[in-house]
Amino acid sequence: MLRYVLKRVVIALLTVFVLATVTFFLSKLLPGDPFMNEKIPVSVQEKQRAYYGLDKPVIQQYFIYMGNLLRGDLGTSIKFVGRSVRDIIGEFFPVSAKLGLIALSFAEIIGLLFGILCAQYRNRWPDYVLMVFAILGIALPSMVVGPLIRYLFGVQLRWLPVGGWGKTWQQAIMPAFVLGLGTIAGNTRSMRACMLAVITQDYVKTARAKGMSPVRVVLKHELKNSLVPMLANLGPMIAGVLMGSFVVEQIFVIPGLGKHFVNAVSTLDYPLIMGLTIFYGAFLVVMNLLVDILYGWVDPRIRVK
Amino acid sequence: MLNRNTCPDFTPISPDELTGEEMTRPETTYFKDVWRNLKKRKTALASLFVLALLVVMVLAGPMMNEYNYYSNDYAAANQAPSALHWFGTDTLGRDLWTRVWVGGRVSLLIAILATVIPYAIGMLIGGISGYFGGKVDMFIMRLIDVLMGIPSLIYDILLIMVLGSGSIATLVIAFTITGWLGSARTTRGLVLQLKEREFVMASVTLGASPIRIILRHLLPNTLGIIVVGMTMTIPSVIFAEAFLSFIGLGITPPNPSWGQLIKEASEVFKQYPYRFIIPCIFVGLTMLCFNLLGDGLRDALDPRLRS
Repeated sequence: MLRYVLKRVVIALLTVFVLATVTFFLSKLLPGDPFMNEKIPVSVQEKQRAYYGLDKPVIQQYFIYMGNLLRGDLGTSIKFVGRSVRDIIGEFFPVSAKLGLIALSFAEIIGLLFGILCAQYRNRWPDYVLMVFAILGIALPSMVVGPLIRYLFGVQLRWLPVGGWGKTWQQAIMPAFVLGLGTIAGNTRSMRACMLAVITQDYVKTARAKGMSPVRVVLKHELKNSLVPMLANLGPMIAGVLMGSFVVEQIFVIPGLGKHFVNAVSTLDYPLIMGLTIFYGAFLVVMNLLVDILYGWVDPRIRVK
Repeated sequence: MLNRNTCPDFTPISPDELTGEEMTRPETTYFKDVWRNLKKRKTALASLFVLALLVVMVLAGPMMNEYNYYSNDYAAANQAPSALHWFGTDTLGRDLWTRVWVGGRVSLLIAILATVIPYAIGMLIGGISGYFGGKVDMFIMRLIDVLMGIPSLIYDILLIMVLGSGSIATLVIAFTITGWLGSARTTRGLVLQLKEREFVMASVTLGASPIRIILRHLLPNTLGIIVVGMTMTIPSVIFAEAFLSFIGLGITPPNPSWGQLIKEASEVFKQYPYRFIIPCIFVGLTMLCFNLLGDGLRDALDPRLRS
């Protein structure tokens, strides 16, 4: 087991290295120039380019960047003048991560619970009611639900603050709900399908025939086995939610990391693009490693080889 | 000694006349079987009918009145639904009935293509990865990690450069590049679990080739859960198109799409709720139909649920 984990850690480092290389060259292919500005004299623009090392050939820039990366230096942002990329991630990531954790934990619990209820009451009214909710939750994305509930609870009813972050805990309720809505709905649907595939298996029949209590059958036999396919996308989901959402952060005015993923690319802030990609990639790879270890634990049929 | 050939009561028949092995009923194929099971589900049939109706309306709807989707008419701006403009008009006085149906063409086409193509690719790659395991699995999964890590906006902008903006093909390619990753991971997870089952061992023992085992035995068994994933992808594709058109990769104005109509209308929801609600109803209806159809298909495809 230890050997397996060690091997995976080495491969994980390799994966992040490949990711960094591919992203570096792809981002250099993007059209435009971060210093293009008609109001600034060309000589000044050239000085700026030289300061960030952008005047050198791309391949040389790549080796300089990778050398710095090995020393743990992610470079300095171009658009946030004078701020290091590490500093920017350190400031905005905790906000996104906190919001993401709140959203994810309640979305996972509610989603799994709804899914189990749907499967147990298949084709009866609790199933139909929850399915309609799930369909609505998936059909309407945060881009649409966000402004609507902000208007309803923030402006009309005045129950919750309209936006912002860090003053009161109520500020987190609406964004966490909007962020988690898709996950709840998706989990309900997937959990229902996964469990329906399990409840017709022979071992479930055997467990029932032995006279096991229904609750124990659901928890010990059905739940554990239906979780396996659900695990597949857990890694990317955790990574995605914790990194913040561009849309939710825009709607509720939250100083999170999500908006930087879009803005860094559209303003061609190369060091920030690279820093965010490597940070997200490393997170994703670690999450997937944990999920792969979990696979063997949840389902003994899948042994780590 | 009794010689059978000389027995006078019986004469041997020639091999050409043997008919005992012949099929007496028409052969049933896999798809005929699925269709027969699907027909039993009333909700699935009804949703198939509604989807067909939506397709007809999307094609014929814009021809039902004299307006087009792009002409501005400031005298008729911001009207509520009426006998003249059945769904009302937008800020520029464009007829929303026409815009909703023309937008539906784009949204439905993208929703179907950008769901089916990435899922087909993802299932095949995920199936190979899960079945072969070991180095193949490790390589494919790490490749997916790398591709997931690259910000999708970078692909999108590079695609506009190469393929030009505003075409449905560009959008479908953009969604395919990122879309197959998740379905490959899900399929791989399911295959890891399925390949240890007895029917796979039976097939291996009988000498079936790996590709046959994956295509005929493993992937059909994953369809139940995959179909659910597909129905969930459809609305996300409809709205992702609206986000991409925001950065110039999507369908360019004045061409409408459902995602764009809803996004525009959500900003003026307080003043003109009908503009928001009408396209939402169609996206919701499409979703509902695909979901019910997906459920029906799942039951039809999965023999264990046919009870």
